[in-house]
Amino acid sequence: MELKPLHITNAQLIDGDTPRPGSLLVAGGRIAAIDPAELPEGTETVDAKGQWLAPGIIDLGVFATDKPAFHFGGITRAALMPDNGPLDGAGLVERAAKGGKPDLWVHPLAAATKGLAGKELAEIGLMKQAGARAIATGRGRIADSGVMRRVLAYAASLGLVTIIHAEDEGLTTGAVATDGEMATRLGLASAPAIAETIAIARDLALVEETGAPVHFRQVTTARGLDLIRAAKAKGLPVLCGITPAHLMLSDTAIGDFRTFARLSPPLRSEDDRHACLAAIADGTIDILASGHDPRGPEDKRLPFAEALPGMAGAETLLALGLGLVRDGHVSPGRLFELLAGTPACLLGVDAGKLAVGKEADLILVNDATPWQVDAKKMAAWAGNTPFDGMPVQGRATMMWKGGQRIR
Amino acid sequence: MTSAKTRPASDYPPGGDAFRHRHLIGIAQLTPWEISYVLDAAEEWVDMNRSGAAKHDDRLAGLTIINAFFENSTRTLLSFEIAGKRLGADVVNMHAAQSSVKKGETLIDTAMTLNAMRADAMVIRHGSSGAVQLIADKVDCPVLNAGDGRHEHPTQALLDALTIRRRKGRVEGLTIAICGDVLHSRVARSNILALTLLGNEVRVVAPPTLTPPAIERMHVRVFTDMDEGLHDADVVMMLRLQNERMDGAYLPSAREYHALYGLTPKRLEKAKPDAIVMHPGPMNRGVEIDSSVADDPLRSTITEQVEMGVAVRMACLDILTRRKRGVVGWN
Repeated sequence: MELKPLHITNAQLIDGDTPRPGSLLVAGGRIAAIDPAELPEGTETVDAKGQWLAPGIIDLGVFATDKPAFHFGGITRAALMPDNGPLDGAGLVERAAKGGKPDLWVHPLAAATKGLAGKELAEIGLMKQAGARAIATGRGRIADSGVMRRVLAYAASLGLVTIIHAEDEGLTTGAVATDGEMATRLGLASAPAIAETIAIARDLALVEETGAPVHFRQVTTARGLDLIRAAKAKGLPVLCGITPAHLMLSDTAIGDFRTFARLSPPLRSEDDRHACLAAIADGTIDILASGHDPRGPEDKRLPFAEALPGMAGAETLLALGLGLVRDGHVSPGRLFELLAGTPACLLGVDAGKLAVGKEADLILVNDATPWQVDAKKMAAWAGNTPFDGMPVQGRATMMWKGGQRIR
Repeated sequence: MTSAKTRPASDYPPGGDAFRHRHLIGIAQLTPWEISYVLDAAEEWVDMNRSGAAKHDDRLAGLTIINAFFENSTRTLLSFEIAGKRLGADVVNMHAAQSSVKKGETLIDTAMTLNAMRADAMVIRHGSSGAVQLIADKVDCPVLNAGDGRHEHPTQALLDALTIRRRKGRVEGLTIAICGDVLHSRVARSNILALTLLGNEVRVVAPPTLTPPAIERMHVRVFTDMDEGLHDADVVMMLRLQNERMDGAYLPSAREYHALYGLTPKRLEKAKPDAIVMHPGPMNRGVEIDSSVADDPLRSTITEQVEMGVAVRMACLDILTRRKRGVVGWN
């Protein structure tokens, strides 16, 4: 089936720092021209009515292939964490990669070690051939520094980035919150925020030694971000990311034992939250992702310490990101670098920005539409959002994957 | 022994406004006058409990109270059971050990089952912080927290406040040292909240490995040296040290703990000459407290605390079931 060329007119293009009026031509599933002078025969036209036209979101690091939630959130590609399965063999990776096609592309992140046990190298090369775009340590880190060093060197030789979870298990074992007044008042076992610093420091030393590119999926503390900043200044191949939760919420959100706010890493102090906002503004943080991890009542309607960590974040990612724009932390162009451009580079996919020749993964965004987050009415298969009840603004109104209209 | 004077009823807001809570989950939700109201109510039950043969009042006759204990307990369970029975209620005990309950996954289902049996009040103990609140949100009857994880144990704090008030004539303006495993102690958290709220200087005396992070944010002074922490204290409140804390992870040994933090007669001399010694029980004699201190009738309030426990729990059960019983002014 041959797709008709598509002309999206009257749009505000997000291809620079600020939206600018323009139009975009799609042909053969790719972006054929920006502000085209002439149109091929039989071109279909869509009037964007002044809405933003932006690259589809590439959500780096989700824990479930939850298509309704991704489509609601304007997410056209999702990089799937290896924890369910775990994804430590070529067959599993190949199947996971087919999980969303044609209207959602899933990029599996291969388990760095067999069974994610942190002991033996997984078949990273075969998984790459099967479609893995990067490798990941999963929900935890690799405790053994020797294993980690070998993983980094091996993955780097295959041209793959290693995606790291940074928490020192010696400090965090049994902990469900960050040390502080909140955890103490609630009587919850907690760990100091430096659990993150220690883990990042070790892995940065290994990066310096091996030259391997890494991405710290979530850096959530002032001291962790300082380390990343210094590493980047040295020219190390380091990226880091965050979810909106650590930018918008601090550990006060776990008050009344709200298990929807039980996350990994746990919500931090207000000082750390402000450090995260500063780091997203100054460019230290490279990627904004949802960490989408839908969990039903069987995992969440439990005493806090027995509930599992994680949040359903795909639907709120764009709206909360637009909040960062409105609050003056990032420009619209930079927001879509955080949401799409940089994740595309990390995964090595030919998408993530509005440029001629890129795959036509596009979303129209009405940046002003007000709506309210409602845990009971989520498109995700579970509504475990820590933002329940929060009024937000902005959502994806139309979406194309490879030039094909999805909604 | 001084018996503190109770306030006249006219000092409190009328009817249900004197205690505006459906449940008793923690001290954190209470105001100073609500605490005082419970203590005054408990004084009456102390008198009745001491009055000889007829320790019975049938105001809760026909009501069913379920004591659901998901964590082992002897004295708290017994105390609640006696309190309920002295008020004439039908008291049923459910021990986790005797039931099919394991943990978390069935907690809400268990609560719904108990709720369907139409309990008129539930007393719940659970090993996980926040578990009692979780149950209270799902059931139709008043819920009393008999201890949830490290979070709160409100009736213990109330009975301790009553004990102090009776011994010292007041429970304000005193210097109170809470000593021992504060990190893992719900008794410590509830007592810190109650005693600071009532206007006392509260100190926490513990080894650094057993001091909760940011505890000074709960308006206490922190000491790691026992002698300094006890200096001029009016009340020395000891906490139980669980055996599993002494295996090297938190403390090197019981012997060393006793040497540094055990309450000996000599150490007690640092406190005021009339300082009282409290312990929620059960005690590890020779570890956190010497027998000669624990058994000194002039200093130790340990058995009195047990006695006050029954009275305070009677007061709580009475107050929380007033709406159900249609007491005038409580709706």
